[in-house]
Amino acid sequence: MFNYNFRWAQALNSLPRMLEGALVTLEVAILSMVIGISIAVILTLFRLSGSRLLSAIASTWVEIARNTPALFQIYMVHFGLGGFGIHLSPYLSLLIGIAFNNAGYLAENFRGALKGIPETQTRAARSLGMTPVQAFRYVVMPQMLRISFLPMTNQMVWAILMTSLGTVVAMNTDLYGVTSDLNARTFRTFELFAIAAVIFYLITKTVTLSARLLAARLFRY
Amino acid sequence: MMFFDTALTTNDLIFLARGAGMTLVVTAISVFFGTIMGIAFGILRHQIGPWWAAPLTLVLDIFRSIPLLIQLVLANAFVTTVLGWRISGFTVACAVLSLYTSAYCAEIVRGGIEAVPPTLRRAARSLGLTWRQDMTSVTLPLAARIALPSWIGLALGVMKDSALVYVVQVVELLKSAQILITRLQEPLFLLLICGLFYFLISFPIARLGGYLERKWSND
Repeated sequence: MFNYNFRWAQALNSLPRMLEGALVTLEVAILSMVIGISIAVILTLFRLSGSRLLSAIASTWVEIARNTPALFQIYMVHFGLGGFGIHLSPYLSLLIGIAFNNAGYLAENFRGALKGIPETQTRAARSLGMTPVQAFRYVVMPQMLRISFLPMTNQMVWAILMTSLGTVVAMNTDLYGVTSDLNARTFRTFELFAIAAVIFYLITKTVTLSARLLAARLFRY
Repeated sequence: MMFFDTALTTNDLIFLARGAGMTLVVTAISVFFGTIMGIAFGILRHQIGPWWAAPLTLVLDIFRSIPLLIQLVLANAFVTTVLGWRISGFTVACAVLSLYTSAYCAEIVRGGIEAVPPTLRRAARSLGLTWRQDMTSVTLPLAARIALPSWIGLALGVMKDSALVYVVQVVELLKSAQILITRLQEPLFLLLICGLFYFLISFPIARLGGYLERKWSND
């Protein structure tokens, strides 16, 4: 049918290396989510603080993260900071770039989630003698994280897909990097990237399905 | 002229502007075709029910579960080496991005249609409207209102994602900046120009989307 000899066996020989790459991809995605969620909570606190300076910082972060390409953000961390003499490893550049992006999107999700939590709850908590921080920590935040669970899952999937952008900063240990390294040596472009695509698909599906199961388990009323 | 010294010449600026133009052209083509296909897929998925639509859902889901970079490389390798066609990277980029857009758009359209109360549609049908009349004069206008803010978000997302088409040898804004960076060694300045370009287009439109969403959700 095709004028092309598929060499799946040869490409499949590299599967172990690609699976190692998939682990790195997953590691970067998980770390970037942990950092991203933490920063997003801090940005949300900045917005709630009432201080004009702090909310301006939070808004700037969110708008830059949401209105420029993730690729640009990773470039900026790697080459932009390089202009200041700060040279980061590809791994760190990628991780910081994705975490920056995650934090921006998640902070916006958290803001939406806060709208679903009545202000009166904070006031009730305050009148029970909680400090503002305690009211946020024990009353508002748990609900906020629960409401944003689904957007967070989506962001996790995005984070996994974004790890492929590491290639622009010469990251070569993640799944995409390993695949393109192998490709540069064997030129089995179609076979190799098809396998990588399948692995990515399986990873994202596993993440969404387990998140759905987890949500059903965690959020029973 | 510049507020600090730069080796950037007028020619380089024209080169950058061409890249920016390429970004906009690729985005416009992909959003246009992607939206048309997305509307078709969305209506189809809603109309034939979840079981019959399963293959379509699966295929569209694949576009949302694999990095765009891999989709582009894979499509390019398939078309040029497996099929042996002589097709420009630009065509491949537009085709892949259109399909990618349609996958997200179908989801938005389906959501919009499902948000129209079924009773309203039944009322329209019982007044004697045909399926097509119900679709064009009742359901789609209402669904469009619900879907527009998300669609604006999608179009902006495609513009940002179009930065990845460099991988099939299309020189768009970010790639042209990178080429200049390699030559001029002024990463910060060039990247800031790029970022500003994306931001200045994306930010006002995103604001408009947010405004429409707020305005239309309160009635």
